[in-house]
Amino acid sequence: MSMELLMATGIGALTAVGLYLILLRRSFPVVIGLTFLSYAVNVFLFVMGRLAVDRPPIVGTSADGYTDPLPQALVLTAIVITFGMTALIVVLSLRAFLETGVDDVTLGIRPDEEPSDTARSEAPR
Amino acid sequence: MTSQWLIVPVAIPAMTAALLVLAMRHSLSGQRIVSVAATALQLVTAIGLYVLAGDGEPHAYLLGNWPAPFGIVLVLDRLAATMLLLAGLLAFAVVLAAIGAWDRRGRHFHALFQFQMLGINGAFLTGDLFNLFVFFEVLLIASYGLMLHGGGARRLKAGFHYVAINLIGSTVFLFAVGLVYATTGTLNMADLAVKVPQVAAGDHALLAVGALLLLTVFAIKSAMVPLHWWLPPTYGSTSPPAAALFAIMTKVGAYSIIRVYTLIFGAEAGALAGIAAPWILPAGIVTLLFGTIGVLAGRNLLDLICYSVIASMGTLLVAVGLTSTAGLAAALYYAVQSTLTSAGLFLLAGILLEGTGGRGSPARLPPPASLYAGLYFLLAIAMVGMPPLAGFIGKFLILDAGRAASQIASVWPAILVTSLLLIVGFTRTGIRLFWNGPGADATPALRVAPLLPTVVVIGIVVAVAGLSVLAGPAMNDMTATAEQLLAPQRYIAAVLRPRLASAPPGE
Repeated sequence: MSMELLMATGIGALTAVGLYLILLRRSFPVVIGLTFLSYAVNVFLFVMGRLAVDRPPIVGTSADGYTDPLPQALVLTAIVITFGMTALIVVLSLRAFLETGVDDVTLGIRPDEEPSDTARSEAPR
Repeated sequence: MTSQWLIVPVAIPAMTAALLVLAMRHSLSGQRIVSVAATALQLVTAIGLYVLAGDGEPHAYLLGNWPAPFGIVLVLDRLAATMLLLAGLLAFAVVLAAIGAWDRRGRHFHALFQFQMLGINGAFLTGDLFNLFVFFEVLLIASYGLMLHGGGARRLKAGFHYVAINLIGSTVFLFAVGLVYATTGTLNMADLAVKVPQVAAGDHALLAVGALLLLTVFAIKSAMVPLHWWLPPTYGSTSPPAAALFAIMTKVGAYSIIRVYTLIFGAEAGALAGIAAPWILPAGIVTLLFGTIGVLAGRNLLDLICYSVIASMGTLLVAVGLTSTAGLAAALYYAVQSTLTSAGLFLLAGILLEGTGGRGSPARLPPPASLYAGLYFLLAIAMVGMPPLAGFIGKFLILDAGRAASQIASVWPAILVTSLLLIVGFTRTGIRLFWNGPGADATPALRVAPLLPTVVVIGIVVAVAGLSVLAGPAMNDMTATAEQLLAPQRYIAAVLRPRLASAPPGE
């Protein structure tokens, strides 16, 4: 029972941290938050095969049961994909930082600000 | 043997993309030839598969010949065939339009394009929920590349939003898949359709959470309000051919909604039957209203087109939310025409706004201005749903399907009022662009209009017109598709008991 409680609170804490960080305004915490969310979902997927101790991942006669191997395969795929995605968004936010000089996720089109360079070519109406 | 053809729409772009990246990365003209040829092949295959699916029997292809609930299956039914054909047509138009100026702005445009087609075709064909996730990721990764193609600060900022929201969407998808697997023990869609009614009562709440989380993911993909905020900056700041290709991506979301909530959580899902139905219709109406407000508030042509895409998704979701044969058939017809129309509008905007960074009004219009004004007029008519083009027929069919007493009070005012407001929005932008804006002869400096994109836009207008003329035969097919969707027994039988399952491979 304690194992289930630990897993559930762990996933909950990871998700909460991830959500909080995603809602921040700078791209660095957003990236970290996405990473936390992907950790949370990986553990969650793993737990979906139910927690079992000392069981083989295949059906056999020597053990009195088995643990479902499929969620682990799913987690593996999910880890690979989220790893690639995280690498991409890190590069992307770095490029955006280098091109604009600010580590800010807003699009910079608020009316009280000078619009971005491309918008300046708008003809006056 | 016919079922082997199901892998072809996935295999062609996969191999082409690899070839383009590895063998031809220094030769742009070689890339163009191979990419156009591969896209044409996909279109031909899609037509062939459409004919194959026309016999009304779903076809299954077992990857690696693993029997159905254990291996991954590709399934071709009428819906998948229709969407494949639409994707093939759109891809062919976009790849032709991209040749010339747009694919030269950065490297690997054609490879990314083919990877995107791999994801799109795969998402339409797969019969497995986790495999759907994987194909979503494939098409998203490629779309990140296409979206950022050419670079620029604004595009990078918008791209960051786009990638972040889709990463969150992917995470939610995984949570949903985990919940579905935990309660049913399978992720094969046909097997799920069998298992969902048998889920123990204690697990109903968990499975319902999974089902509605899936709806959230598909709502992000299909830009359903309030999850639509990513669309205007993304489509508005990317290059025109990429935006035109992305017109099908919102339909991937709509396709997934139709597939999952007719097959898995359809009428026969026991306690969870029709779990998404109370959400889709109201969400569709709100999406339609928000899209229309966006069109009225849009400050330039691209804003207008982006928000009209959201409005058309709203119309489409309203039709899906009617959950009737007529509603689904109308939804499919409307999906085909709105995809083509919005792609045409994005390409036209690309021609008109060349040199303005995609924002604001063009300094001068390319001659002949009357041709482009005419194309804008025709596409606008199709988009807002005025006769005689297919948008009107689509909306008319949706209104006709929504005549039931419980729906008429919400569906009819929503569609009719927003159509009027859309006309106002498109008219205002047209006036500003073509009458108040600088004419073609206002400045002596000549702007040569790119020939190929213009031809493609004309071709799209012709295709939309053809869809209007052939509305009768098209609607017959769409109605057959909707009937097949609402009676999923044959789909399930085709997947779980395929005739070729026991045949040994090779000799």
